[in-house]
Amino acid sequence: MSTEIVMPQMGESIAEGTITKWLKKVGERVERDEPLFEISTDKVDAEIPSPAAGTLTEVRFKEGETVDVNTVVAVLDGDAASGNGAAAKPSAEEPRPEQTEAGVVATPPAPAPQPKAESTEPPPQRQQPTAPPPPVEVKPILSPTVESRHEKEDDSETSAADLRRTKSSPLVRKIAEEHGVDIAKLEGTGLSGRVTKNDILSFIESGSSGAVAERKSPAAAPPSASPALEPAAVPVKPMAGDRVEQMSVMRKKIAEHMVLSRRTSAHVTTVYEIDMTRIAKLRDEHRDSFYQRTGTKLTYMPFIFQSVNNALRKFPIFNAQVSGDQIIFKQDINLGMAVALDWGLIVPVIKRADDLSISGLARAANDLAERARTKQLKPDEVAGGTFTITNPGVFGGLFGTPIINQPQLAILGVGKIEKRAKVLTTAEGDDFVGVRWMAYFALSFDHRVIDGADAERFLAYIKELLEAGDFPI
Amino acid sequence: MSTAVKKEHKSARPERGGKATLVEAIRQGIWEEMERDPTVFVIGEDVGAYGGAFKVTDGLIDEFGKERVVDTPISEAAIVGAACGAALMGMRPIAEFQFIDFISAGFDLLTNYAAKCRYRWGANVAAVFRGPCGSGVRSGPFHSLNAESFFLNTAGLKIVEPSTAYDAKGLIKAAIRDPDPVLYFEHKKLYRLPRLREELPADDYVVEIGKARVSRAGRDLSIITFGAMVLTALDAAEELEKEGLDVEVIDLRTLAPLDKPAILASVRKTNRVIVLHEASRTGGIGGEIAAIIAEEAFEWLDAPVVRVASIDTPVPYSPPLEDYYLPQTKDVLDAARKLAAY
Repeated sequence: MSTEIVMPQMGESIAEGTITKWLKKVGERVERDEPLFEISTDKVDAEIPSPAAGTLTEVRFKEGETVDVNTVVAVLDGDAASGNGAAAKPSAEEPRPEQTEAGVVATPPAPAPQPKAESTEPPPQRQQPTAPPPPVEVKPILSPTVESRHEKEDDSETSAADLRRTKSSPLVRKIAEEHGVDIAKLEGTGLSGRVTKNDILSFIESGSSGAVAERKSPAAAPPSASPALEPAAVPVKPMAGDRVEQMSVMRKKIAEHMVLSRRTSAHVTTVYEIDMTRIAKLRDEHRDSFYQRTGTKLTYMPFIFQSVNNALRKFPIFNAQVSGDQIIFKQDINLGMAVALDWGLIVPVIKRADDLSISGLARAANDLAERARTKQLKPDEVAGGTFTITNPGVFGGLFGTPIINQPQLAILGVGKIEKRAKVLTTAEGDDFVGVRWMAYFALSFDHRVIDGADAERFLAYIKELLEAGDFPI
Repeated sequence: MSTAVKKEHKSARPERGGKATLVEAIRQGIWEEMERDPTVFVIGEDVGAYGGAFKVTDGLIDEFGKERVVDTPISEAAIVGAACGAALMGMRPIAEFQFIDFISAGFDLLTNYAAKCRYRWGANVAAVFRGPCGSGVRSGPFHSLNAESFFLNTAGLKIVEPSTAYDAKGLIKAAIRDPDPVLYFEHKKLYRLPRLREELPADDYVVEIGKARVSRAGRDLSIITFGAMVLTALDAAEELEKEGLDVEVIDLRTLAPLDKPAILASVRKTNRVIVLHEASRTGGIGGEIAAIIAEEAFEWLDAPVVRVASIDTPVPYSPPLEDYYLPQTKDVLDAARKLAAY
């Protein structure tokens, strides 16, 4: 059998050695422990004995070459008896190189044990160990690591998983607060479905929280997510034949925003029926001249907008926002108008709406609606609204209970304007049935800061203005 | 018969700069400082005629003489005491421990004396206490220690441990010039590691004490470490890069005072942290670093701070057991993957 001879490690920091002399030639016989070659390292020069008896069959490096420790430098075709010990190393009973050296050169006689070390235990060795035993290819016996043992001891695994999902991490909570995102509503990719930093950042980058991000006030933060408030938490799985569609960014944003609003504001809706006959007459009267003069159609909306402007000035709580335990009364009136799109819904904003005349409002509304449908709105044209008007009537709806557009405090829904039979009274006090242009106006308001009486007065004032029909065109 | 003989030739003066291993870098640094400042001298066991157990002081005695390269008896208390006394008299001693394990024999003088002289009397001890530390080289429980934790809790001591030849030279020079006692730990596994051989500047330079180094920039996860574990961390980072994880490796270089701004900057960047060190886990420097992060960067954490360290046993003699004891690249990979998936 053959034995590989390696470059021994002469001291623990030594990484390489230089072969200075081969003491045997290829083909020559060598006995076990007979010097085979000489090496030089950073620390010592040494003669290396053969680990076995046999014939030198191969010398892989020439004199003067430097090789890494444990590199095979020669091969021995051994006797049958020489099976043990593959690596060349100084034999155990001989003095080790460093010991010899240190003993001779540095320390007088033999290194005496230190007084402190005189106990039953062997004193610490002061000399460096020399060549280590040859590398043993044994994998450490696997036993549970410290960490895995800890995990097994952790019997609160379930609640830890819950906490990971709901609390995530300090960083994610901070980001969530800055952007007004509810962590519990996001799908996490981390441990136990935890929302990671990357999860929340990509959610924010996707624009999903854009509208929500406006919400700065801590009081507006949603109350703790109880199951009752979150029906979406019920797991739903598609059945065979069902079609599964990924929500668009806009859809996710609307969903987010609507649920947030429901959880933030104490919604109450009150409905008035308003006689729009005088407005209808005004429209008929000015329809053509208005179009010629302004290039835009005269609809009912500018009259409603202007009435709302006046009502907001008279009742400023409807043009306000809530921040913690404070109410912020907005200086500007920025009217949001909900525009239905084939692919969703958007609310462009008429800035400083009360500065505009009927024609100005008409132009602004038509322009925004048109550009909403052609996706040409600028970001600041959908931000900063202080009150919103929605118009389900264009589709035929009589009235609805609109959801407040956060962080605003009220929203007005205009139902279908149609001819209805109405009981009227003459100046003499006689009742008669007349045909009138009528519409239901539904006002949803936030009962946290607006009481029912305020809402009644607000809507009654709008009714008064619209029914009087006194608008300069 | 195998025999070892003392080399006959005199070890020459090292070059200024040039390609050097870590041990050559330290030797260069000491040599140049002894040339620059006549108050600098070396004291320790076998540092003179033998040139030091690891040849760090090789050749110094031929160049500077016995007066400045002092061989001592085997007594660390005597070495530290002599160094302190000399420093108080205006000298700048470099005291060597043959193995850092035996620093414990000089513990009283280091902690009660060297560390407190300035505070008590305004008399500073400008001394360097250096020696080989670290395990992974089959040296067993008495020649493998990482001693930093014993001294972290002693105000008044500075502690450094380089992981590159450049830093080794820059830090030994900074330590020698420092007005206060500096513990300079040299990982013996790194001394002659071919991987660390690098070109050093010919010009005089120092590496400022108290400054960490970004060894590898990354954005997904930070490994904060020092000494030989920097290489383990870099190996792991390379492996993790293939898996799409961009790992940052911070080489602390100075263990006292810790470079808090560098640690916190990395935490704020990656939000996930492994603290990796060779000393045993319990009471190790990893706990201190984790506490700093929890106190000062809590809001930036996206996962718990994880320690990867040696287990709480003496360093084993048996090679397989020592491998098990010591953090390996695989241990870092396991911890990093787990942390990334948190």
